[in-house]
Amino acid sequence: MTKHSVTDVIGIPDEGIDKGAEKLTPEKITRVIRKLLDEEGGARLKVYMETCVHCGLCSEACHFYLSNDNDPKFAPAGKVKQTLEHIIKKKGKVSVAFMKRACEVAFTECNLCRRCSMYCPFGIDIAYLMLFVRRICHRLGMVPQYIQDTAHSHSATMNQMWVKEDEWIDTLQWQEDEARDEIPDLRIPLEKPGADVFYSVIGPEPKFRAQLIYQAAVIMHAAGVDWTMPATPGWDNSDMCMYTGDQEMVARLKKVHFEAAMRLKTKRIVMGECGHAFRSVYDVGNRLLGWKMPPLRLMHALEFYYELFRDKKLTVKQKYEVPVTLHDPCNVVRGGGLHEMARHVIGETCTEFIELHPNREHNYCCSAGGGVINCGPPYAKKRVIGNRVKAEQLAAAKAKGAKTIIAPCHNCHGGLEDIVKYYELDMEIKFLGDIIYECIDKGQPED
Amino acid sequence: MEYSQWDWDVGKRVIADVNQWRNAFNRVEEPYVSPDGETIAAIVEIEEMVFSVCENGVPWENQFDKIWYLRFGPDNVPSALVSSDAAWTVATAGKPWENQFDFVWNMQFGTDGKYITVAAQSAGEYFAVTNDTPWKQKYPTLNNLTISKDGKNSAAVVQTRPFNSGDIFAFQQGCYSVAVNGKIWDTNFLNLWEMSFSPDGRHLAAEARSTLYDYTIVADGAPWNKTFSSVWKPKFNPIDGSVSAPVKGPGGWTLACNGEALWDKAFLQLWHHQYSADGKTIAAIVVPRFGQWTIAVNGVPWPETFDNLVTDLVFSPDGKRVACSARTQGKWTIAADGRRWKNFFDMAWAPVFSPDSRHVAAKVEKDGRFFIAVDGRVLRQTFSALWEPIFSPDSTKLLIRGIEDEKTGQYCRYVFKLSDLV
Repeated sequence: MTKHSVTDVIGIPDEGIDKGAEKLTPEKITRVIRKLLDEEGGARLKVYMETCVHCGLCSEACHFYLSNDNDPKFAPAGKVKQTLEHIIKKKGKVSVAFMKRACEVAFTECNLCRRCSMYCPFGIDIAYLMLFVRRICHRLGMVPQYIQDTAHSHSATMNQMWVKEDEWIDTLQWQEDEARDEIPDLRIPLEKPGADVFYSVIGPEPKFRAQLIYQAAVIMHAAGVDWTMPATPGWDNSDMCMYTGDQEMVARLKKVHFEAAMRLKTKRIVMGECGHAFRSVYDVGNRLLGWKMPPLRLMHALEFYYELFRDKKLTVKQKYEVPVTLHDPCNVVRGGGLHEMARHVIGETCTEFIELHPNREHNYCCSAGGGVINCGPPYAKKRVIGNRVKAEQLAAAKAKGAKTIIAPCHNCHGGLEDIVKYYELDMEIKFLGDIIYECIDKGQPED
Repeated sequence: MEYSQWDWDVGKRVIADVNQWRNAFNRVEEPYVSPDGETIAAIVEIEEMVFSVCENGVPWENQFDKIWYLRFGPDNVPSALVSSDAAWTVATAGKPWENQFDFVWNMQFGTDGKYITVAAQSAGEYFAVTNDTPWKQKYPTLNNLTISKDGKNSAAVVQTRPFNSGDIFAFQQGCYSVAVNGKIWDTNFLNLWEMSFSPDGRHLAAEARSTLYDYTIVADGAPWNKTFSSVWKPKFNPIDGSVSAPVKGPGGWTLACNGEALWDKAFLQLWHHQYSADGKTIAAIVVPRFGQWTIAVNGVPWPETFDNLVTDLVFSPDGKRVACSARTQGKWTIAADGRRWKNFFDMAWAPVFSPDSRHVAAKVEKDGRFFIAVDGRVLRQTFSALWEPIFSPDSTKLLIRGIEDEKTGQYCRYVFKLSDLV
C-alpha cells in the first residue's frame, strides 16, 4: 500500500477556526476554559486525566497513528497531551495558536471511535476527553466551518441538511409515488397515530439518498410492519451538535425526536442505518435530557432487520451472490453490540461472506465518524491518509474474494467511498438495506 | 352541534361498516372519528391515483390526485390536505378552499373548529393561511407554526435576513424572527423555536437563542433581561398574563417568570409546565433524580417516579387534580394525583378528566387489543380500534367510540352510564 506524507495535512486553513480565533484573546480563552473546568470538568474528567500513565498501549489502537507511520502526534494519549493535558496543566492559560492546533487535533485527528479505550489498561474514554476539547472550542467560537454550518442547520430546522418542512414531506410522498410503480399498494404512512414503529432517518436521506427511504418502505411493506414517519421536525435522528460540543442543542434535537415518537403514540423507534445518530439517541442525547436509556424502545436498523428475519417476516427470494465483507460501524458495534445481528442478516441474504480482520468491536474506524467527514473537503485528504490501515484491511478481504463492502452506517459509507477511491480498491459499498431490498420477496406477482 | 347537544342517550349505535369500504375502494387508509362519534372517515383510493374521503360510507363528491392528513375539527367536521394538478389546498367536508398553493402542511384547528390554519409554500415563499386567507407577507422559510386558542391568530418563526450557504458568521448575527399574522417582530435572533399565545391571542412568547450560548424568552419581541444556558416553551398565566418558562441555570432546571425564579427547587429536567384554569397552580414534568421522571405541582414532585418517561400532563377542570400517562420498566400506565394505576399496558393515551373533575378515563392497549380504563379499572369490553373516551357534560356518562371486531368492521358509538362502569 502506498505511503503518503502527513506534513501537508496539519495546519489546514479553516474559516471557522481561523476567524473564530481572530476574536479570541488569551484572557477570554482562560476565562472560558476555567468556567468549563469548574462547571463541567467533574470526577469523570479528573479520573481519566489522573489515571493515564502514558503507557502508550492506546497507540496501536488508533488508525491515525498506524496510518501515519506510528507518528506519536497521532497516538490517542499524544492527542490528549497536545490538548487537554496542557490546558489543565496551564489552568487554561494557553495561547490562541495553541487553541487553533487543539481544535484541529480534536476535530480532525480523532474520530471518537473509542477503539483506544479497549486497549487502555484502565479503559479511559479518550473520546470523552477529545469531546471535552471540542466543548471548549465550541464555547470559544472556533469550530471547523463545515460542521458548524451543519450545527446551525440543526438549530434552525431540526435537521442537518437545511431541509425545509415541506421538502421533507414532499420527498416522502415522491418516494411513495415512485415505490407504487413497483408495488401498487405500498404506502409511506405519514403521521399515523398508534403505529407500532416510528421510523426515523438522518438528514442526508431525503436530501441525497431518498432511495433508502424507498427501500425501507418496501421492506416495511414486505414484512407487514405497522409503521409511520412524522410530518413534523423530529424525523431527523442525526446530531452533529454532539460533535461540535453544543450539548444544549443536542438536548433540544433529541427532545424533538423523542417527542415526535411519543406524540404519535408509537411503541418503538426504528432508526435507519446510521451510526452516529444511534450514539446520539441511545447514549448521549437521552442522558443529557435526564433519561438513563431512551424513553421508548429504540432499535437500530441492524437489530430491526435481524428481528424481521428471526421472526420470518421476510423471505429471501434470491441471495446476493457477489462475495461480501462487513465493515462493523463503531457506534453500533463497539457502542451497541449489534455485530452478530448484522452477521445473521448477512447469512440470510448473502451467499459468501468474508470477514475483515480485525472485526466486530475490534474493527478499525472508517475515519469519517465523530464528525470528521462533516468538517468537510479541507480535511478529506487527511482523513484518507490517516486511514491507510483501513485500505490495507479492505485489500486483504478483497484478496480473499470480497467485492462488496457492507457498511450499515452513513458516515462509514462516505469514509469508505473516499478510501476505496483514493487507494484504488475497486470495491462496491452497500448498505445492508440495499442487499435486503435486492434479495427479498416483495410479494408482487411476476409479470 | 354543541357538546351538550350530542346524543347522550345510553346505548350502542352502529355508525358504519368500515370493512365494506374495503370492497368498494382500491385502498382504505386508517380511519378517523369525529369527537361526537357520529362520523367515521378515511382517505380512500377510488381508482388508480384518484382519491377521496369516505364519510360513514359515502365518499366526498370531490376527488383529488392526492390527500393526506385527514383530521376532524372540534366541530365534528373533517378536513384534509388535498392536491389536484400538483396544486395543494385544504378541503373541509369535501369542499376545497379557493386558493391553491405549491404545498400545505401542519393543519391546526382553533378550539371551536371554525378557524383552520396551515403552513403553506408557493414559488419558494412561505406563509400561513387561515380559512383560505394567506398572510400578506411571505418569507424564505417558516417553522414552528403556532395558533392562538381560538385559531384566529397565527405565528411562525421566519427567516428575515439572507445568508449564504456555509456563512456561519452571518448566521450568527441573527437571521430569524417571529411573524405574527404575517408581521415580523423588530428584533432578530439566532434561533426561535416553540411559542405560546396568551389565552386571548393578543400576546406571544417564544423560546429564543440570542448567541450560540445565550437562551432566553422573548415576549412580543422583547427578550427577558436574563439569559440562561437553555429554556423550554413559555406559557402565559391565564389570569395575570405573566410569562413563565423552564430555564436551565448552574443548579439545573427550574421555572422562571418574566426572568425571575418562580420555583425554589431545581431539577435535572423540567418541561411541559401547565397552569390550572385559575392560574394558581402550575404542574410540570420533572426529573428529580437521574432517570426518574414524575410530575411536580407548584414545585413539589410526586413521590412516585417512572423510569422511562412521563407525558400527557393534564389538569382537571377545577385545577385541583393532575394526571398523566407514564412508562416505567417498559410498560405504560396512567397516574393521577401522584398515584399510578395498578395496571400496566403496552400503550396508554392521554388521560381525560370528567367535567366535575372526579373521574379519569383513558384509552389503553394491551396484547393488540384496545380498552377503556376509568379510575384505574379496565372495562371488560375490548376493541380492535378505539378512540379517546369523552365524558358527558354532567359527568354521569361516558362516550366510547370504537370498532369491536376487526372481522365485522362495525364502527359503533356507545354511551355508558358511569355508575354502571365504576
